[in-house]
Amino acid sequence: MSTLLRAAPAPRTTALAPGRSRGRTLRSSAATALIWLAFAIALVPLVWIMWTVLSRGLPSMLHLTWWNKDQSGVGPAGFDHQVRGARHAIVGTLLMAALTSLIAVPIAILTAIYLVEYGRGRIARIVSFMVDILSGVPSIVAALFIYAVWVTTFKLTLVPACASLALVLLMIPVVTRSAEEMLRLVPNELREAAYALGVPKWKTILRVVLPSCMSGIVTGGLLGFARVAGETAPLLLVASYTQFLNQNMFSGSMAALPTLINTNVQFMSSDPISADRVWGAACTLIVLVLAINLAGRLLGHLTRVKS
Amino acid sequence: MVGRAGEPVGLGPDRRAAARGRRGDRLFHGAAATAGVLVVLIVVLITVFLVVHAVPALLHDQANFLTSRSWDVSVPMSFGILQLLWTTVATSVLALAIALPFSVGIALFLTHYAPPWLSRPAAVLIDLLAAVPSIVYGLWGAYIVAPKFAPIQDGIQHLLGWIPLFGGVSAISGGTTMLLVGIVLAIMVLPIMTAINREVLAKAPAAQQEAALAIGATKWEMVRTAVLPYGRAGIISGAMLGLGRALGETIAVMFILSALPQGSAWTWSLFNGGETFASKIASDAAELTPGLGTGAYIAAGLVLFLLTFVVNAVARLIIDGKKDFSE
Amino acid sequence: MIINKPARIAGVAVIAATALAGCGSASNTGSGSSSGAIAGSGSSQASNATAQASGSADCFTGSLRAAGSTAQQNAITQAISAYQAKCPGAKISYNGTGSGAGITSFTSKQIDFAGSDSALSPDKGEPAKAKQACTSDAWDLPMVTGPIAVVYNLKGVGKLTLTPKLIAKIFSGKITAWNDPAIAAANKGAKLPSTKISVFFRSDSSGTTDNFTNYMHTTDGADWPAAHGKSWTGKVGQGKAKSAGVSAAVKSTDGAIGYDEWSYAVQNTLQMAQIDSGSGPVALSAESAAEGVSSAKVVGTGKDLSLKIDYATKSPGAYPLILVTYEIVCSKYAQPKTGQDVRSFLSYMASPEFQATLPKIGSAPLPAGIQSKVATTIKAVS
Repeated sequence: MSTLLRAAPAPRTTALAPGRSRGRTLRSSAATALIWLAFAIALVPLVWIMWTVLSRGLPSMLHLTWWNKDQSGVGPAGFDHQVRGARHAIVGTLLMAALTSLIAVPIAILTAIYLVEYGRGRIARIVSFMVDILSGVPSIVAALFIYAVWVTTFKLTLVPACASLALVLLMIPVVTRSAEEMLRLVPNELREAAYALGVPKWKTILRVVLPSCMSGIVTGGLLGFARVAGETAPLLLVASYTQFLNQNMFSGSMAALPTLINTNVQFMSSDPISADRVWGAACTLIVLVLAINLAGRLLGHLTRVKS
Repeated sequence: MVGRAGEPVGLGPDRRAAARGRRGDRLFHGAAATAGVLVVLIVVLITVFLVVHAVPALLHDQANFLTSRSWDVSVPMSFGILQLLWTTVATSVLALAIALPFSVGIALFLTHYAPPWLSRPAAVLIDLLAAVPSIVYGLWGAYIVAPKFAPIQDGIQHLLGWIPLFGGVSAISGGTTMLLVGIVLAIMVLPIMTAINREVLAKAPAAQQEAALAIGATKWEMVRTAVLPYGRAGIISGAMLGLGRALGETIAVMFILSALPQGSAWTWSLFNGGETFASKIASDAAELTPGLGTGAYIAAGLVLFLLTFVVNAVARLIIDGKKDFSE
Repeated sequence: MIINKPARIAGVAVIAATALAGCGSASNTGSGSSSGAIAGSGSSQASNATAQASGSADCFTGSLRAAGSTAQQNAITQAISAYQAKCPGAKISYNGTGSGAGITSFTSKQIDFAGSDSALSPDKGEPAKAKQACTSDAWDLPMVTGPIAVVYNLKGVGKLTLTPKLIAKIFSGKITAWNDPAIAAANKGAKLPSTKISVFFRSDSSGTTDNFTNYMHTTDGADWPAAHGKSWTGKVGQGKAKSAGVSAAVKSTDGAIGYDEWSYAVQNTLQMAQIDSGSGPVALSAESAAEGVSSAKVVGTGKDLSLKIDYATKSPGAYPLILVTYEIVCSKYAQPKTGQDVRSFLSYMASPEFQATLPKIGSAPLPAGIQSKVATTIKAVS
């Protein structure tokens, strides 16, 4: 490594005065090539899986029945050739994910604010560490935990909202972590400028700090949403699948796209209709997340303009 | 933005405003701290739950929990985690080893190298992949990739068989090995790691980058000196998030990886099958009934939990150490 | 695939029918035309008649929740859709979560009735827990029987006969090549290649594994000494997730052997071995399965109708590898409406009219004698 590379962050001018040596230029070009290559290589599986899902899933989604019918009255896979739709699962996924976000996002952002803006010393370290730990909780353990609390301890009947509770545990660390990173990257000068003007700390955070990193926080929230919308394992334990549309988070069973997939997956190798449902549901999830992603970006953009 | 500056300056309102500010601060501080404490509480509760259920099973375990490879939870129980631990750690570390350089590379590409017309859509594409449900990665890996990957794996075994990690294993057919799981896991964690790295690297201060370029640094030198150091903590943090997800991935592993029968021969080879903690729990989740047997699975879950704990502690030490150094 | 005419006919009929049904146009109801082809079994008239309402079922409006065994998933899905066709107001959800999970859900009052591959087990204290949850006795009602197919994939071998002993030896790893003399002896005239036998088992715990290992343990305890269990305890093979995983692995591996519920084997057009329990090879078909079930005896006492299948049956034409799934219900529900609803739906499921349709979805009906006992017991549910 040349001395220059060691001398962060203000490079010594003397080393650079004579202009770029060939070796350095070459190294830089090599790095550029490598980075393009990394992107190109990574693109292969990403495009492959995207293609697999889209090419097999889009046709199902193009039928109106996919969006406005549930699976009621459909007989066993491979023997009954009714198709019908995924409305029950789409509605279920949206409701569950919405409730999850409603609970998890405020907690996560507040936690991140605590860590960055208030937390000092040991307690902050513990909180920060716990967020890391939470990010390592396997989804199935989160579900076991909710099941144990809800059913074993309180003897309650599982309702669709329980799935949201399990998903909250998975969403909090993702959103907290990324919100924390974003908050840390807000230059301190901004805060100091606000304080100097006599703005109270909480207002500084709400009006200055948060808006300046809103796009990052929104990205984090979307990642969290994407993470929980496609989560299968916890739903298997706490959210039983049903063929029927249910819009009540607090009673009965509620279908979701991952559980629709899971129910049909076992038949897909032999029953083309089940296979269509599997890929259609996967594709729908992606489209839903895309739509919400775009909406989120728009929101992030608007808030940025305001600030 | 800071509207307060325009307010009439007077002792009265100013003091009131200050009082309001203090109250607001207290409330806001309180809310933030409550959220933080809530997270701690959740983790403590989960730990307590795991320990309470795991201990009775561990007390009845006839085998050594840490070194046994058998898994028999019918009374008398004899179960151990060695095989699960190895499979979990090997696949996750492999996934991280593949995903980390790629995620940094892609994040750099998106933030500093790609032309604008490409970086936006590419970023959206990668974000979308975070939304592909893991069961789909599982299907894709098991039914589409595995058959195509099998001959490649045979080739690697043939060439590198003398390295224990790549030793030949004849018992697993069709490419459904730990190596494939590691690669698929890498693809699965790539979006989330890339997204975080991208945000972090994009936030590197432009002034220093421009300064570096202005004094004649090449692009790569600029990146090394003014971008990467800035993102180190975030990159490690993202990597831990990715590793956590890889360690806990359930459905995809369950679909792809061939399970081993009881008492199969031990091998270090990545071409072996096996089960991870999470896939083992999920495989048998259907029959988890209250009682000792379930405790064994929860004990496995506890180990996974502790594993993440250790990994994160180490990561934290690294981050903190780096911070001290750079400050 | 080479298919040897005479003995495969039943199997071919099934496969052809499924192929027709599966690959043909997504026409509609599916309960019509194909059923005749499937059941060269004599139950065809009955099954054709099913879809039409016979008016006997008393309908209810509302929803029921049930969960449990995946082995009866096809059967109960069929029952639900047929019942719903008569009673549009009835919403019944059944989740194939596995028998253990179904029973746990039932004893923790999460669901109205459970489906299970085994009756409530006193060893695990299940009847007591169920009684506590119901505040009345819980009953095991046998409802559906599903044959388990021994599926294989061997180039050039379209027909394969296995004896119970061979099955146990292959799955325990004592026989490792397809041209083993012991296999050859049971398949005179067949050209067996020297391909290595690749055993596939279910990696997730399942009632199918439980019944299959029970079969091997019962018929050949010397070669399969381990007691039966829901998790595979064999020493060889590769584990695959779910029936779908086993089916896919067997289908793509030359020399593979595994076990699957009949409906999966049929859907995946896998080759199924014939079983020779001592009175000649028996292929898996609707009649041979029904013949196998007819050897079942009620071993429960009182209202408990748990069944025992005679795995070692020598009755000619009987396919012995059979799994029974039960519906587990409260004898008296806390809410009378739930009791009525459960009674109404299960009465339909136990009716001869519905039972006769089972062969076309890869299950077998209960023997008539047991059917009527079940029906009588269901009437007592309140």
